[in-house]
Amino acid sequence: MQIPVEGFMYPNEVELQWSVLIVLYPFLTGLVAGAFILASLERVFMVKAVKPTYRLALLTALAFLIVAPLPLQLHLGHPERSFEMYLTPHRSSAMAMFGFVYLWYLLAVLVVEIWLDYRRDIVVMSQGTTGWKRLVYRVLTLGSTNISEHALHIDERVGWLVTVIGIPSAFLLHGYVGFIFGSVKANPWWSSPLMPVVFLFSAMVSGIAIVMLLYMLMCRVRREPIDMDCVDTVAKYLFYTFIIDFSLEMLDLIHRIYEADESFRSLDFMVHTRLFLSQVVIQILLGTVLPILLIGLTQVVKLAATQRKRIYVAAGCLTMIGIFAMRWNVVIGGQLFSKSFLGYTTYKMGFATREGLLTAVVLTVLPFVILGVLVKLLPPWPEKKSALSSVAAAAYGAD
Amino acid sequence: MKAFKDAGHLFRLASVFLVGGVLFLALRGFLVPRSFGQYGHYRGNAIKETAALPISYAGHQVCESCHADILEVKSKGVHKRVACEACHGPLAKHADDPASIQPAKLDTAVLCVRCHEANLAKPKSFPQVVSAEHSGGAPCDTCHQPHSPAIVAVAGASQ
Repeated sequence: MQIPVEGFMYPNEVELQWSVLIVLYPFLTGLVAGAFILASLERVFMVKAVKPTYRLALLTALAFLIVAPLPLQLHLGHPERSFEMYLTPHRSSAMAMFGFVYLWYLLAVLVVEIWLDYRRDIVVMSQGTTGWKRLVYRVLTLGSTNISEHALHIDERVGWLVTVIGIPSAFLLHGYVGFIFGSVKANPWWSSPLMPVVFLFSAMVSGIAIVMLLYMLMCRVRREPIDMDCVDTVAKYLFYTFIIDFSLEMLDLIHRIYEADESFRSLDFMVHTRLFLSQVVIQILLGTVLPILLIGLTQVVKLAATQRKRIYVAAGCLTMIGIFAMRWNVVIGGQLFSKSFLGYTTYKMGFATREGLLTAVVLTVLPFVILGVLVKLLPPWPEKKSALSSVAAAAYGAD
Repeated sequence: MKAFKDAGHLFRLASVFLVGGVLFLALRGFLVPRSFGQYGHYRGNAIKETAALPISYAGHQVCESCHADILEVKSKGVHKRVACEACHGPLAKHADDPASIQPAKLDTAVLCVRCHEANLAKPKSFPQVVSAEHSGGAPCDTCHQPHSPAIVAVAGASQ
């Protein structure tokens, strides 16, 4: 397949090495970090209004974190060799060390926090269910059914500590993704010390937006009223984070324009031609300015709950599109121009190939499937008073 | 004691991590080759194994020791810095036993375009053609002599 090339490209620049799956990877990781930071608002910063989203945010983070390495595995020619980075870690490689950051975040933070938070429910459900579900819950109890008040108090305190450790870990997780791009000094589109910070704040934006959307969707599916105080607070935090994110991105842009180094003319031409639709129209106008204006409207004008809900859904969806476009423009945009600054190539995305569109769609849907299973197994909403509380009382009595 | 009793589940969780860690270390001890790290961040034995591999390329000096006539032609053309085996492939076996092992005949219609097919990414000064228009698929050595490819006009020949 002939790749359309304009101007002069070095031979190894014509075909893009990092595909749509590498776009998907920071997008998924960002959702993890953002969802976790939203969860920490309730746990550490005592923002009680967002409590209804706390557990959902943790489960969302877990579902996306499980899928996050899959795009990388599919990108590798020999995925089985990726395990080598754990067996023989190479300390001078940022990518290799990321494996440990991922593992730390998954096992030491997210799984532990979810387990501690759900332990009471797990014990209760291990006694109130039958069949394979009972078996799963019993394994999850690790053989301990102690849900006495003191034991739960210990869980609460340890869980708080894990969240406190988890916040810098979440910052590390997504800041690290930005660092991997920002430290490629040969690529002027990526090489910027602002990159980790921009990635981090865009991660928070996307994570908060997805949890807000999922919470509203789940309330609708369960035919339960949406806690508007909660959604308003989440939207407020989304607004603040978005303003910081947008300011940082504009700071980066203004700095590049003012500095106007030797790469500027080439990159400026690229933004006005090949990236115009994805960067200017989708990322900046539709995916950033419009949602900020929409949520900003709810902050300054008193609107009815129905109108606010509609605005939040529209702004949330636009945010997700905008953040995906941001990842696209970073990853794909950074490979479209020649290091000679004299030419541009084109990204040809396959369809049913290993790194094609179909694979990307499947990997985007997969976290939602996993989340569905997690929600079924560990319901994030308050238990129905009648049935389970009697089992809980019995379990408490047993200890 | 009550605090320990009520924190029992945390010890169980810590045990799961401990068992996981021990299993990982055992797996690592089994999977990482003994010679790993002997000289650097790689398997030390790989050097001996690579050194023991049969040599495939003879090197242009070996070719030139027999094919002086080709060297004479090649040294005057633009391909003078292209190594013999870049086009002819690895020929150490031929160099060891020239009589019984002969290199395969090359198809110049396929070989030359690997470098000379037109591509915008190549510098303009590099000779390149759209082969379909230039020769219509005919072998390049119909007109060009690969060891010195410039076509020299023969005195008195009609253009």
